[in-house]
Amino acid sequence: MLKGKPLVSIVSAGLSKFGKLEGLYAREIFAQAAKEAFDRCPNLDPKKEIQALFVGHMGESYEHQGHTGSTVADWAGLLHIPAIRTEAACASSAAALRAGIFAVLSGLFDVVMVGGVEKMTHRTTSEVTEFLAMASDFPFEQWHGITFPGLFALMATAHMHKYGTTEEQLAMVAVKNHHNGSLNPKAHMQKEVTLEKALSSRFIAWPLKLYDCSLITDGASCLIITKPEIAKKYTDLPIHIIGSGQASDSIGMYERESLTSLTAAKISAKQAYEMAGVKPEGIDVAEVHDCFTIAEIIAYEDLGFCKPGEGGQLIERGETKLDGRLPVNTSGGLKSKGHPVGATGTAQAYEIYLQLTEQADRRQVKDAKIGLAHNVGGSGATAAVHIFRRE
Amino acid sequence: MNEQAPFTIEQFYKYINLGKLMGGKCKKCGVIHLPPRPLCNKCLSKEFEWVEISQKGKLLTYTIIHVAPPQFEQMAPYAVGIIQLEKGLRIPGMIRDIEHEEIEIGMELTVNFDTSAVPSQWPQWPRYYFKPTHPQ
Ligand SMILES: CC(C)(COP(=O)(O)OP(=O)(O)OC[C@H]1O[C@@H](n2cnc3c(N)ncnc32)[C@H](O)[C@@H]1OP(=O)(O)O)[C@@H](O)C(=O)NCCC(=O)NCCS
Ligand SMILES: [Zn+2]
Repeated sequence: MLKGKPLVSIVSAGLSKFGKLEGLYAREIFAQAAKEAFDRCPNLDPKKEIQALFVGHMGESYEHQGHTGSTVADWAGLLHIPAIRTEAACASSAAALRAGIFAVLSGLFDVVMVGGVEKMTHRTTSEVTEFLAMASDFPFEQWHGITFPGLFALMATAHMHKYGTTEEQLAMVAVKNHHNGSLNPKAHMQKEVTLEKALSSRFIAWPLKLYDCSLITDGASCLIITKPEIAKKYTDLPIHIIGSGQASDSIGMYERESLTSLTAAKISAKQAYEMAGVKPEGIDVAEVHDCFTIAEIIAYEDLGFCKPGEGGQLIERGETKLDGRLPVNTSGGLKSKGHPVGATGTAQAYEIYLQLTEQADRRQVKDAKIGLAHNVGGSGATAAVHIFRRE
Repeated sequence: MNEQAPFTIEQFYKYINLGKLMGGKCKKCGVIHLPPRPLCNKCLSKEFEWVEISQKGKLLTYTIIHVAPPQFEQMAPYAVGIIQLEKGLRIPGMIRDIEHEEIEIGMELTVNFDTSAVPSQWPQWPRYYFKPTHPQ
């Protein structure tokens, strides 16, 4: 029915530095991202025109601070507008983006800010491991010592067994994403890694090693979205969101249909592609949820970039590199740009926004017109896919 | 067994304490839930009966966890996996009493029960774990 009709338009976007932001708390980091979005859009008066805020934030445990909506709205200088937090684990800010889309489509609001934030690095790795695990099933997964890297390792082992995917192919995802991240001045870890170094790094959850894991990162991201009809008032180059899908699955991985694919991601992709009237072949650039290298390989398959089981070969052929047929995670991905969980969904959208407006600098993909973002919550109990198009 | 026991996770772990792996069978559509649920996710019925599940299973996938949350740090590295039980049921858990190098997909594992470390505060749940059916 919609077939490519813009749902909303992005007129501006902001991203804080990603990394270990010592001494800064979530609300202060969000203010950095908001400020960039304000400055990027001089035709918009944020205080007068932004009418609501939706912010993804996964955990109150990190800072002993919940009630994130109001907190960050105030710190972003947007006191008194309605503001709420959305939570869907690592897909919290894709959920915020969807809430913003619904809010604009409802006709109630014309201009809305969506975003996400997480402050993680002041905690020990063991504490972070525990907080992250809260997004998995408590009575059967956490209770038996299963961690997040552990859950994705269970999928990696199953994928390797079923399809012959190799540790080298997993490491190639890390090498690619670290290369892209080395070109992104906002990335957490801006350095290249060799295949040998990735392969010889220590085990976190066998068969996943240090370089198969995303980073524990502080960061925030945001977008300013409007009704498509008024977008030109704010920018000459609005980016339209033309497809949005989201689905859920059993919280416990053991109850899901597959151990080598995320059903929720496949359903959301189908919804988004249909709404956008776009096929996988039509995507020019994508940001996918590489919380672990295996997750990027599974994402290729779930998004239809290749057939089930062929994700390992796709990376091996170099097709998803910056200069490949379909560049994936040009930002460096969660692996190298970093994964402040609540901020990730809209940070992916931010990168697609830069790519489609030709502001991606040294990592610019030539002639990119249609982009896709794939955000996964937890081990796959939530997934959301968005498709973006320039005019 | 007590037909009146509620079809809950709490009750599932009470049975684990008694050395039994129990699921809830939907009286309407016959599907078995492990763990039990109060509402059938297939047919939305709320009529169930308890059924005992065989403790024999096969390993579907596994990992060795090196970086653990605080309460498990002392045990690391430890193995966890998901096993396939009868009737398409699956559960995750720790794999013990085996060298990590000897673990392989498809191997036969048996569900065992460890009631030695039930906490005094919530959650007062024992743990089940998997061990090789045919030790080397
Ligand atoms: C992998 C992980 C356990 C490593 O944490 P750690 O063992 O405490 O490592 P440290 O923070 O002590 O860092 C040690 C070194 O490794 C580097 N490092 C840390 N994590 C890294 C990663 N994921 N990839 C590459 N290098 C990493 C650090 O920069 C540091 O380097 P340096 O010695 O040159 O300064 C942690 O990054 C992690 O848990 N990642 C996954 C997060 C996650 O699950 N997110 C949710 C996904 S759904
Ligand atoms: Zn039923």
